Amino acid sequence: MNLYEETIHGLHQRLVRREASSEEVTKSVLDRIAELNGRFNAFITVTGQSALEQAREADRRLSKGDPVGPLCGIPLAIKDVLSTRGVRTTCGSRMLADYVPIYDSTVIRKLRDAGAVFVGKTNMDEFAMGSSTENSFLGPSRNPYHPERVCGGSSGGSACAVAADLCIAAIGTDTGGSIRQPASYCGVVGMKPTYGRVSRFGLVAYASSLDQIGPITKDVTDCSLLLRAICGYDSQDSTSVETAVPDFPRFLNEGVKGLRIGVPREYFVGGLDAEVEQAIRKAIDAFERMGAVFVDVSLPHTEYAIPVYYLIAPAEASSNLARYDGVKYGYRAKGPFRNLAEMVRRTRSEGFGAEVKRRIMLGTYALSSGYYDAYYRKAQQVRTLIREDFRVAFQRCDVMVAPTAPTTAFRIGEKVGDPLQMYLSDIFTVSANLAGLPGISVPCGYNREGLPIGLQILGKAFDEGTVLQTAFAFEHQTWPDRKKPLLA
Amino acid sequence: MEYEAVIGLEIHAQLLTESKIFCGCSAKFGADPNSQTCPICTGMPGVLPVLNRRVLEFAVRTALALGGEIAPRCVFARKNYFYPDLPKGYQISQFELPLSTGGHVEIKTNGESLRVRLRRIHMEEDAGKLVYEGTMETTDSSFVDLNRTGVPLIEIVTEPDIRTPEEAGAFLRKLRSILRYLEVCDGNMEQGSFRCDANVSLRPKGTEGLGVKTELKNMNSFRFVERALEYEIERQRGVLEDGGTVVQETRLWDTSRSVTLGMRGKEEAHDYRYFPDPDLGPFVPDPLRVEEIRRSLPELPDEKEARFGRQYELPLYDAQILTSSAELADTFEKTVQFFNRPKRVSNWILSELLRELKREDREIEQCPVKPEHLARMLAMIEGGTISGKIGKQVFDEMMRTGKDPDTIVQEKGWVQIEDEAELGSLIERILRENPKEVEQYRKGKEKLLGFFVGQVMKATRGQANPKRVNEILLSKLKPG
Repeated sequence: MNLYEETIHGLHQRLVRREASSEEVTKSVLDRIAELNGRFNAFITVTGQSALEQAREADRRLSKGDPVGPLCGIPLAIKDVLSTRGVRTTCGSRMLADYVPIYDSTVIRKLRDAGAVFVGKTNMDEFAMGSSTENSFLGPSRNPYHPERVCGGSSGGSACAVAADLCIAAIGTDTGGSIRQPASYCGVVGMKPTYGRVSRFGLVAYASSLDQIGPITKDVTDCSLLLRAICGYDSQDSTSVETAVPDFPRFLNEGVKGLRIGVPREYFVGGLDAEVEQAIRKAIDAFERMGAVFVDVSLPHTEYAIPVYYLIAPAEASSNLARYDGVKYGYRAKGPFRNLAEMVRRTRSEGFGAEVKRRIMLGTYALSSGYYDAYYRKAQQVRTLIREDFRVAFQRCDVMVAPTAPTTAFRIGEKVGDPLQMYLSDIFTVSANLAGLPGISVPCGYNREGLPIGLQILGKAFDEGTVLQTAFAFEHQTWPDRKKPLLA
Repeated sequence: MEYEAVIGLEIHAQLLTESKIFCGCSAKFGADPNSQTCPICTGMPGVLPVLNRRVLEFAVRTALALGGEIAPRCVFARKNYFYPDLPKGYQISQFELPLSTGGHVEIKTNGESLRVRLRRIHMEEDAGKLVYEGTMETTDSSFVDLNRTGVPLIEIVTEPDIRTPEEAGAFLRKLRSILRYLEVCDGNMEQGSFRCDANVSLRPKGTEGLGVKTELKNMNSFRFVERALEYEIERQRGVLEDGGTVVQETRLWDTSRSVTLGMRGKEEAHDYRYFPDPDLGPFVPDPLRVEEIRRSLPELPDEKEARFGRQYELPLYDAQILTSSAELADTFEKTVQFFNRPKRVSNWILSELLRELKREDREIEQCPVKPEHLARMLAMIEGGTISGKIGKQVFDEMMRTGKDPDTIVQEKGWVQIEDEAELGSLIERILRENPKEVEQYRKGKEKLLGFFVGQVMKATRGQANPKRVNEILLSKLKPG
């Protein structure tokens, strides 16, 4: 097995036994990136030199025999929306194409402290707005299972990099499905933790009340390890929750015997691809064979999730993106300007892409005086109902399973001209963001074209443990069916 | 028609916390441009605000002292607008669910009491400053100083209970005094740590409705607030009497021309698109802590004024002035501790001390004269060691040098001459040198006593005990 193909837990064994060095692993990953990134466009920035320095530092720690965590010396890819000190952070936008942060996000700091190696910053939809990574100023990432297909989004570059072995694991962010949906499209594992579980400090905000950072990995074990490393209360994030971080890997072998698994009936409706539905049904059968108990549950306000999301997220975005005015950092249109307003207007007209502008306009409208009550306030009220749906349903089950996305990866360009169709690809994922709940996507099969299908498992707030336990049981059962993309 | 003005005020007071409201940067005034900034207050991508607990405490203290009701649940809101001194493109403020509602400030003008009700008190962050090379009109570029960005403010909004510029001035002075008593704000209008905007409209006297209002800004002293209101009331009266209508607009006070000027479309109609800040979430002031703060409130100006009248038997006028600042009141009370003649202490403070401070443009906190020294000096006058006149010279020295009065009197040799023999021989000499005046006096021109006293004082450089001098003069001038 090539080093770049390894998992975190697999590599960790090899590193602590000194069968391989982090430098070797990192070189192998960097070579792989050099070979394939041109084809897949997974990375916006590759940080080869600093990665090798970090790898050698990790090797020093490893060779001293110091007790090290499982991430020490592991090459990771980071979605280009996390602030990285000294490494440009573009958010997939022309607006920040040359922006180099002067501070690290909390997650980056934690990973640095854990000895991780950062090989680069991954491609994404501009400011995390999108479901296909086509809204990146550097163009779309390509699906490792089919180069004419999208990787999903907005964390498409991270999912692509993990699937194509351009890193060992990656960090993504999920505002309406942006980790789970690309994980599903790229046949990897992706988890959105409970809102408040991971510090958002240094995550360039899209929709602050929905954004959450999470792992994208090759298997569920890695997911639990990476999640454990980034979780925890942060005094720099007022929305992070002061609660103990469980030792997630300990949950993995608990099995699902007797576990009550809810199947929300609203998630099996029109628009769901037949092959996707079939794969999910098969997964349910597998769980039943493992001794899980199935419960029919209802989330009656599901149909409002997309409209609610597309009021709240753009409203927050319209405010969060106001800081890109050409004054302090990032892109500024070329002068001369007649006045300040012209500078701001032209900077934003030229610096932002179409989808970002669309959402800023949507959000500005939803917050405008005279419309606020009808749109933003109403959306918040419905959001409460959606959250309540989950609370009630979770009284009858421990986790829920559903498709991650209604279809497999669509063709590049297929939905660019039809935003509403694009928005519907998040139909099964946005509710968890609106309710703040944890969710994971694990591969559960492939369609006739060999495109991956993702199974989504949703859990109660701060019960990532049970979600991982369920996902691991499924992965363990179905591991022999996993297919790597054929890149040759 | 007789009109009456309806005035409401909005006050922004900078809180005296060490650090800014949402980050750890120093909130101190006057540092080099952009030296007190960090990724948070400069709005770098990805940063998050965390509320400075001290800001909440200061704001609660203020609200409680003003009789406001602390909301059980508060929300920070984003006020969205573009301006280069606002690095995030929004100001974190409060909109729905402010920290406190209600409350009032009692003021007195011309002996009349007025209760000005408060609508709300909320917390927010200050914006930065634009610095122009040359003037705003002539420069082709401007610079942004973000030191002030994120300095904590409270905004206090009154109900439209004020009717005259004089009342507005009285309200502001009283509010400033209360904030200073609470040690939450230094109340410096020139430096902008205490700022006031005024809404004013006119209506026919005796009616209840409200006319079209204008909002006045850019008034950086109490006097300017009063003068701007006076000007604006007259301006609106002129418009109405000419049959015109007042235009709702923001008008800036132009200090050099003493007029208010409409911003004439320079300010676009703003829709601030307020919405709850998702980065902060609602917060619930801890009721136990609120009660603790309530119990720890200091004695406020009104209570102190009443107590001074009662305890020290001072006239209302004295009590009012002495309690106008906590520091002045403290100076008075400490002095009285060492020299228990309250009215005499009050007289000295109200006349000499305040005059000298004003002359040197100093605050009472910067007064070099210590209360115990002032008390000692008054005791020296009382005991006859120095005359009242010398006392004033001693006081001037104390103001100048900060030395204690004993040292000054000793160094200057200003001890009062009491010695009967010394004064006696001096007076005999003066009488000998002025035979004509002695004769006139003895013929009944008794007014000349003052002349002789003056001569003695001149000869002793004011150090003779005037009482003694009088007695000796009278006995020596007796005929025969």
